[in-house]
Amino acid sequence: MAKDTKIIETYEKLRGAARKRLEAERAEGIPSIRITMSTCARAAGAEETKKAIEDVLEAQGLNARIISVGCLGHCYAEPLLIIDHPTTGFPPICYYNVDANKAKLICRSYLEDGDPAFEYVLGAMEENDLIPPVTTFPRFSMEQRVVMELCGLIDPWNIDHYLDKDGYSALASALQMEREEIIEIVTKSGLRGRGGAGFPTGKKWKFAFEKSADGKVVICNADEGDPGAYMDRTIIESNPHQLLEGLIICAYAVGADEALVYVRAEYPLAVRTIQHAIEEAREYGLLGENILGSDFSLSVRVFQGSGAFVCGEETALIQSVEGRRGMPQHRPPYPVEKGLWGKPTVVNNVKTLSSVPPIIRRGADWFRSIGTEGSPGTAIFSVVGNVKHPGLVEIAMGTTLRTLIFDICGGIPGKKKFKAVQIGGPSGGCLPEQFLDTPIDFDSLTQAGAMMGSGGMVIMDEDSCMVDVARYFLEFTQKESCGKCTFCRIGTKHLLNILNRITKGEGREEDLETLRQLAEDIKKGSLCGLGKTAPNPVLTSLRYFMDEYEAHVKEKRCPALKCRDLIAYYIDLEKCARGCEACVGSCPVEAIFTTKGRKKAIDQSLCVKCGECMTSCPPEYDAVVKVSPPELAPIIERPPDQQPKRAMDGADS
Amino acid sequence: MTAPEHLVTEEEEKAIKAELPEIFSRFPRERGSLIPILQAVQGRFKFLSPGAIREVAKYLDLSSSEVYGVATFYNQFRFHPPGKHEIKVCMGTACHVAGGDIILENFERKLNIKPGETTPDREYSLERVACVGCCALAPVAVVDDHVIGYMQPSKVEGLFVQFEVQREKEKREKQAKESAG
Ligand SMILES: Cc1cc2nc3c(=O)[nH]c(=O)nc-3n(C[C@H](O)[C@H](O)[C@H](O)COP(=O)(O)O)c2cc1C
Ligand code: FES
Repeated sequence: MAKDTKIIETYEKLRGAARKRLEAERAEGIPSIRITMSTCARAAGAEETKKAIEDVLEAQGLNARIISVGCLGHCYAEPLLIIDHPTTGFPPICYYNVDANKAKLICRSYLEDGDPAFEYVLGAMEENDLIPPVTTFPRFSMEQRVVMELCGLIDPWNIDHYLDKDGYSALASALQMEREEIIEIVTKSGLRGRGGAGFPTGKKWKFAFEKSADGKVVICNADEGDPGAYMDRTIIESNPHQLLEGLIICAYAVGADEALVYVRAEYPLAVRTIQHAIEEAREYGLLGENILGSDFSLSVRVFQGSGAFVCGEETALIQSVEGRRGMPQHRPPYPVEKGLWGKPTVVNNVKTLSSVPPIIRRGADWFRSIGTEGSPGTAIFSVVGNVKHPGLVEIAMGTTLRTLIFDICGGIPGKKKFKAVQIGGPSGGCLPEQFLDTPIDFDSLTQAGAMMGSGGMVIMDEDSCMVDVARYFLEFTQKESCGKCTFCRIGTKHLLNILNRITKGEGREEDLETLRQLAEDIKKGSLCGLGKTAPNPVLTSLRYFMDEYEAHVKEKRCPALKCRDLIAYYIDLEKCARGCEACVGSCPVEAIFTTKGRKKAIDQSLCVKCGECMTSCPPEYDAVVKVSPPELAPIIERPPDQQPKRAMDGADS
Repeated sequence: MTAPEHLVTEEEEKAIKAELPEIFSRFPRERGSLIPILQAVQGRFKFLSPGAIREVAKYLDLSSSEVYGVATFYNQFRFHPPGKHEIKVCMGTACHVAGGDIILENFERKLNIKPGETTPDREYSLERVACVGCCALAPVAVVDDHVIGYMQPSKVEGLFVQFEVQREKEKREKQAKESAG
């Protein structure tokens, strides 16, 4: 297509109008309150906070604009507020952990009296002389945001906010380029698929482009089945338009006329957000017929995935869109040759597509300047588990695990020791301390036995049992195996049985060798990535935490005191305070009774090992002890007059 | 897996059937609509009744077993009516590490049902879900679409006390209304 100034003009008109509308709002000079309203913020009470703000504004007759934004990635500090009160001379200020009460205090103090309530401030959002900016905190400064740059800062339900930040300008430029030119830029940028496998995106697009066909399809994969990851969902909830822009550019580059966003139905907010964004884009002429006045047309719809992990796999995903059971298919033919309804189909992850607009806008060289030679750009992880500042983190590829876990996310809380980091979810592995200096990129992680995978990262301290974690993931993949390949279906079942046995203290010595053998066989004998990678959690934990397996098998002991069949709780009579009843009510099964010396003891035959008594025992006594193997717990006879009430009442209703 | 027919009364099936044509009319009559239709039906009635499955099959010219085959493949679909209060316990990685199984067990014990089941009075149903995306608050439970973070066994107890109070209140209000009206 020849240079077409009409496209740019149309775009600039759109952006100009959006800016004018926002400008008019700003000109009113009234304060704006941005409040995070993503799923995690809501769980932390953002709805109550918002309600409190509305109430206080109303009650005090204060004028302010409340804007709901997506997720800033700082899940540990939710709900977050950013208040911009321009007439005070203060920069926009970020407040953390704002519950309803705090919200009222902050609003009254700042909006009414001009005092920003410093005790609740996290930091300023801009450089200034009055308040330390958030950018001085490692959690902000060491991140590098490409995909998540605008997440949590703009209103995801108002396209004007995205346009104001030059959103869709990459699309306008792309529409003036030759298709090959775009593919060339993406290829040169070195962008690799963020869905796990790391396949070069430019190459995938080129295959699809070169295929001549009646119609082509682009699918955005937002199935995100990893049971401990939520980046894709958050990106959609926080900045859906950047994803859409990437999707449209991809469709244009490969010559597709139909696009699909495949989102899990379990993500209702993400589904609504992307649907709304599609409607907005359509209204603005950024989707539909003759996009931005060009001769390119595209229709986009949302397809809701129905909760099968294996449907994240591209061929299974396509099966499910066609209304079948989501069974992976033999490749080749790859989807780029023969995908949805037999048409050439590009399947790309949310993060992959969201990386495209910045690449087009700022160039391949810019993108390459971030990250490493083999893995340019950034990686996004949901860092959770035993870590001080959990949440979503976007870092340059090549950052070491140590920097990410200890410098950016604050390390392990309490005085606990780091034990392992699980990367890549059910397809990944657990890496121990000696791997902390591994750079985070596709190849280094694979080499270490883990995997970039989806971007789930779980930090585990000394209280986590590696055998149990391996068992957990196996249980997951075993349930999610579609059953097509024998090795995957039956092999994972065997693996799980053995692991179950081991965590119950019924392991046999030959089990460890069987585990390894079986794991290798499953890897070799499975058709799709699910089976090929399912043994990874077992293999890495066998490799790096053999001593824990041995303790379980040989000594029937769980060193981390986690596997419930291998532990027991008891009350140290020396420490237990006479007459104290703190633990009694906390026990859900009435296992705690009073001894002759008026102290407390645990009836091992009833105990379900939930640990509530340990939590409720006042710290000054700290009398509840956890041991493994369970035989270490002293046995104390329960006096006949101390039998549980339920037992005496007869059966529980 | 088939639906426990005894849980769905004939009247319910009739009521469901009456609304289906409107739902079907929103989708093209083709294979690719199968999952969206099932989702819409479940979205409306919260589960797929045996009658609804038969109707979907008829509409799309498939056999009931084909429809069951597809529906049972996916975790989203439910074949029993959920309870008035839907309880979902997160069994995602972060929640597992934080002791999600203990929370689930507490609910099981309290309700005397297993995950995937509904209490006989149809008051409560219990499900396990994978990561609801609030890992920073693990362990997490979702009760009637409200996410509750930092779950503890004692919070489980507290929840049921709340439900009890609410039920009492409703009962009293109903009585008050009846005696007034
Ligand atoms: C079992 C399994 C699950 C997968 N789940 C996802 C997923 O949730 N999201 C995703 O983007 N890719 C997932 N993939 C990878 C996809 O098959 C595909 O490679 C990817 O969507 C391509 O996009 P990309 O090139 O942008 O990475 C999965 C693969 C396997 C084998
Ligand atoms: S693992 Fe439970 S919310 Fe993520």
